[in-house]
Amino acid sequence: MTNKQREITYGEAGVEALREEMGRDPSIVYIGQGIGPRGGNFRQTRGLWKEFGDGRLRDTGICELGETGLAIGAAMNGCRAIVDEVFLDFILEAMTQVIQQAATIHYLSNGKIKVPVVIRGAMGSVRNAGAQHAHSFYAWFAHTPGLKVAVPSTPYDCKGLLKTALRQDTPVMFIEHKGLYNSKGEVPEGEFLVPFGKASVRREGSDVTIVAVGRMVQLASEAASALQDEGIAAEVIDPRTVAPLDRDTILRSVAKTGRLAVVDEAPAACGFSGEVIALVSTHGFDSLDAPPRRICSLHVPNPFSPALENEMMPSVTKVVSEVREMLRG
Amino acid sequence: MQTALSEEIDVELSLDLYRCMLQLRDFELKVQELYRTGSMPGFVHLYVGEEAVAAGVCASLKREDLVYSTHRGHGHALAKGVPARELMAELWGKRTGCCGGRGGSMHTFAPEYGFMGTNGIVGGSIPLAAGSALAAQLRNSGQVVVSFFGDGAVNAGSFHESLNLAAVWNLPVVFACENNLYATEMAFYRATKNTSVASRAAAYAIPGQEVDGVDVYEVYGAAKKAIQRARTGGGPTLLEFKTYRTLGHHEGDPGTEYRTREEVAQWKARCPIKSLRERMIGSGQANESQFEQIQKDTDAWLDDAVQFAKSSPTPDPQTVLEHS
Repeated sequence: MTNKQREITYGEAGVEALREEMGRDPSIVYIGQGIGPRGGNFRQTRGLWKEFGDGRLRDTGICELGETGLAIGAAMNGCRAIVDEVFLDFILEAMTQVIQQAATIHYLSNGKIKVPVVIRGAMGSVRNAGAQHAHSFYAWFAHTPGLKVAVPSTPYDCKGLLKTALRQDTPVMFIEHKGLYNSKGEVPEGEFLVPFGKASVRREGSDVTIVAVGRMVQLASEAASALQDEGIAAEVIDPRTVAPLDRDTILRSVAKTGRLAVVDEAPAACGFSGEVIALVSTHGFDSLDAPPRRICSLHVPNPFSPALENEMMPSVTKVVSEVREMLRG
Repeated sequence: MQTALSEEIDVELSLDLYRCMLQLRDFELKVQELYRTGSMPGFVHLYVGEEAVAAGVCASLKREDLVYSTHRGHGHALAKGVPARELMAELWGKRTGCCGGRGGSMHTFAPEYGFMGTNGIVGGSIPLAAGSALAAQLRNSGQVVVSFFGDGAVNAGSFHESLNLAAVWNLPVVFACENNLYATEMAFYRATKNTSVASRAAAYAIPGQEVDGVDVYEVYGAAKKAIQRARTGGGPTLLEFKTYRTLGHHEGDPGTEYRTREEVAQWKARCPIKSLRERMIGSGQANESQFEQIQKDTDAWLDDAVQFAKSSPTPDPQTVLEHS
């Protein structure tokens, strides 16, 4: 035995969460495209079909509305259901089921009907897939009452948050990032949960608070390392779930640093970055020593050419230069 | 043409179906009255004319079986066993309503009676019904799920995707289309080239049947068979009930701009309640005094529901965030 923790990928961590939870809870059914023998487009269900079979891993044709609606309906009648949109981009075909049905029924039924459904999909840009496979609209769901939204950035969180998601009685959006599936990190073997609404301080610092989720956490951390070399100590906060949002951790951090930057792969307009800044402006205004900044994707669809997409998206360089400006003017 | 009682349907069951249809009719006419006098908030879509479908289908369901309904769903709720008191109070937005006033007419849920909701989105509940049937299959619960929807839903994607998945997975669900010929103002023949909903079953390789939806015996017989098929592992059935709403789309719509008076009069003449009564009296199965008694019972039942709802408290505003 060594003391070194086991390292696995983000994708493997999700599979492990599913294996443990499906083994523990026979009512879990998993619906999606290519999630059976193929093991998932992102290998996100690899090996599960052999273990749990056709009954509980329901491969479907291309019909996101149907898949999603059936998962919600199964959850309304005693199952725990996961529906895998694979690419979050494809959930648009099913949005009426998510917003009008899943999100409302528990509340409208006066709490009589539980809707334990996990709606899973991977967001973001990876390998220049182009606009229709690169959306990052996770914040839409946080805007909708009745949905919880988890946005894991590490293998550890992927496992712990997915296990927590599978124990909720109301719908959870579980939004991974396509670009993180192969990233590695320490994940303890066996049972552990990551609670919703509890941010992680990825890096401590006293000069500026950088808030980011999903793949942008990695980018913010790299920027923080570069800034350290310039003598700027950035604190990186990863909310891990955007609904519920851990407001206290963000406010405490800004109270310490006096500065706030939000890095977001989504565009700035009406988004998560604005929400975090509104939170701090409303409840932490006196802590602020400088106007908050947002480093977000530019307001265009993701262009295909790497030269254009790199310009459109946040980068380590952009974060470093924006934060430097905040401190040095 | 049917002149005698069906072999499967005895006098007692016939009278039960009659009572159920009358309750559905009188409940809706009372709601119309309350709504028109301004005491009931929101929007209501009334089921008048279509009573034979809900009554005839739900007669073969067990309490643990599930019904998913539509925006025109008061009749489905009552026929599935939701108490009139709770439904009326919900329509009135009262604390004692089956959803404590959170849902209202188009979002009324009473899972304790197997009633999984009216629904404000046309076609929105069809996938939910199929999904609940998937859960029934996986859990071996023995439940059958009935999905009610109108002709307005069958040209929407949710209909296609749900029937396709229900068929390929052989789910215990009955798709009950109430074809009342109009989606709001849109005549079915103007909305689609193939006006036989039942024929669409062939596209999914499941049984489909067209049924006279104002003949409660026909409805009962077809539904019973489909429910039995679902319960015994035979998979889904698509039933198309030809019916008609004799009122407008919603209360406030006169329903006269897109339908002729003659057409409405023709369907009114085929009233499912009146025709059952005439049939039973004509065949000597029941007499006038029995029907008078049912009317009296129904009046008392309805008065009780209205008094209960009227005198019930409104929800406490402080509870608005509960169950969020």
